[in-house]
Amino acid sequence: MASLPHMVVQAQLECCVQLIVIAELCVCLAVLQNSMVLSAAIFITLIGLIIYLHFVKIDQESLLVIGSLGLQLTASYASGKESTTFIEMGRVKDVVINEAIHMQKVIYYLCILLQDPGDPQGISEVVPLFQSSKPRLDCLIEVYRSCQEILQQRKTAPQSNGIK
Amino acid sequence: MVLKVFFPSCCSSAESGILVGRWLSEQNSAVILAVVHFPFIPVQVKQYLSEVQRVTKVSLSVLGSWSNSKQETEENLSKFLEDLGTIFSHEPWIQISKEGNSKFWSCSTLQKHSNNPKEEEVILIYYDQRKVMLSHLHPPLDTATSTDHDASKLSAIFHTVAKSKILFMTDRYDDGPIKLTHWQSDGVEASIIVELMKQASVPACTHLATVMLSFLQYVCIFGVLKFWPLSFLWSKLSTCEQLGHRLQHLQVISSNKKAQTQTQFMRKANIFVSLLIDVALGILLMSWLYRKNRIGHLADTLIPVADHVAEELQDLLQWLMGAPAGLKMNRALDQVLGRFFLYHIHLWISYIHLMSPFIEMILWYVGLSACLGLTVALCILSDIIALLTFHIYCFYVYGARLYCLKIYGLSSLWRLFRGKKWNVLRQRVDSCSYDLDQLFIGTLLFTILLFLLPTTALYYLVFTLLRLLVVIVQGLIHLLVDLIDSLPLYSILLRLCRSYRLAAGVKFRVLEQQDGKPLRLLMQINPLSYGSVVQTYRLPTYSCYPKDSWTSLCKKLFLGELIYPWKHKGEKQD
Repeated sequence: MASLPHMVVQAQLECCVQLIVIAELCVCLAVLQNSMVLSAAIFITLIGLIIYLHFVKIDQESLLVIGSLGLQLTASYASGKESTTFIEMGRVKDVVINEAIHMQKVIYYLCILLQDPGDPQGISEVVPLFQSSKPRLDCLIEVYRSCQEILQQRKTAPQSNGIK
Repeated sequence: MVLKVFFPSCCSSAESGILVGRWLSEQNSAVILAVVHFPFIPVQVKQYLSEVQRVTKVSLSVLGSWSNSKQETEENLSKFLEDLGTIFSHEPWIQISKEGNSKFWSCSTLQKHSNNPKEEEVILIYYDQRKVMLSHLHPPLDTATSTDHDASKLSAIFHTVAKSKILFMTDRYDDGPIKLTHWQSDGVEASIIVELMKQASVPACTHLATVMLSFLQYVCIFGVLKFWPLSFLWSKLSTCEQLGHRLQHLQVISSNKKAQTQTQFMRKANIFVSLLIDVALGILLMSWLYRKNRIGHLADTLIPVADHVAEELQDLLQWLMGAPAGLKMNRALDQVLGRFFLYHIHLWISYIHLMSPFIEMILWYVGLSACLGLTVALCILSDIIALLTFHIYCFYVYGARLYCLKIYGLSSLWRLFRGKKWNVLRQRVDSCSYDLDQLFIGTLLFTILLFLLPTTALYYLVFTLLRLLVVIVQGLIHLLVDLIDSLPLYSILLRLCRSYRLAAGVKFRVLEQQDGKPLRLLMQINPLSYGSVVQTYRLPTYSCYPKDSWTSLCKKLFLGELIYPWKHKGEKQD
């Protein structure tokens, strides 16, 4: 098939439960003590929590590979916001698993290597994937194999007429 | 290779016909722009397409056939559509057919002249024609300088749809020989307000231009500004800088030339909205100030505040003349410096009291200039602060010069003490043999300066801190003015309300699939993030921030060199 199945790596948490607990706490505190400072502090905490859920907490990350079009990375936040990046196939050089030494352990992460337009052998940028979910190596290897299947097809596909 | 067909979602319910669009052979993709319905005469269709191609410079052709069969059996139509492929010869001939109300369409290609009879895979990509036409793609920074050969495939598609505006002008209700379906085929939609605004904006711009020109002529009569005292004042007051900046903006807007590129248009629009909001906020501030005689209250409190500041300074000097923080100062030098500064403050207070009857009137007239904009009002505030704290600036300069002199004297005499000399020609320290009387006097002066150093240093420290305080307050005001000047409000509003106009890229959504049918994707526009909007469309401002790092600033403070907190572009470096 021309398109890779939707590879989804999930890391879910019940954010609504967290919100309900905090709301209950606020109500209890407000009833017990009617203080301006306390209400201000609670208000600020709520605002901070909303900002955190909307901008920081990533619930789900996914990678969509379409052989003839490109790669699409989607990250969906706890508040429902989705941020998408699409990288055209012409800019992609390869998808690899990189090792990094962090403190006392070695971590593995999947990344996309982008082509340098000037230098055919060079790499202009490295885009790391799944930075919030950080899946383990066995999961990464599966994703890597599926990506490589599709990327190989693009290299062995017959050239269409009119290409320079 | 896989064949990609970009199909406009507005044509999903169109009647059967032939597909018209552009074929991008290097990407093996077809961008469909419209559907031409039966009946038509092939020669007329070809003529029409070549005319459109001549105007838009986009190579259009008939790409295939589209059959929307509401009934189940329409066998002969498919043969008819295949025969059409021989009339409009196009490689490959795309045939899309939709049965009833089914979501899954079948798409096949006919290749007559290819050696490879393998069935090509097809991907159907739906796109919103109107949004893609109006959108402006912002390429990522690293590919902005790429050549045409490596040009983004997406930008080719956006370019095709955007340039084919003339194709979308004919709608279904026209009496021409060709009946098209595209996003505007139900008639051109327009809003009366938008049309009226478009009609009114041209005369408004010309009026603005004439007003501007007459004003500029009036100002140029005052070529007297070129002479020394006035031009010096002009460069020192930040209000005048701001006014000059705004005048430049007005010039940009009221030029008669239409904006050629998207960037130019956005810049003009941003300047216009920024000016509008600025003037509106200024008028709001003015109306607030002039109500309930607030100007009078302000003038009444200004003199007592200036008096209070002067009294505080006097107390500070008395403290310095005693034993500040337990330090023991040189009595004579202390008294001299203290009295000198006290006399200065006395002069300043008399000057303020002299001005006090006129303050309210001056403030009243100066407040009127707030109608030129909030930025002008803030600049005036900053200038008033600078004028009111002029004595602190003077004290800082005196203290700094004295201290600087002392430090240079000390370093030079220290070199003499060790038997060395500064060689100006070679810019280095050389050894030198001094006479006995030179050494004697040098050492004496060195000791005197060294023991007087703590007193001078303390005065310098106190006045530098005061000056830095004033500089920080003025700096904050200028930061605010810069923010208002450079914020691209029109772009931000556009991103908020019509986010498809500023595109960072596209995003694809995989729609339901069925075996045997081609893959369906929905292409949507991925709008630019607010941060990149502000970064791309920022308006340039006239102030440049100090390039000194913290270490060089500390070095300057230690040596007693005068610090100029900000420089404007175009000012000569001292």
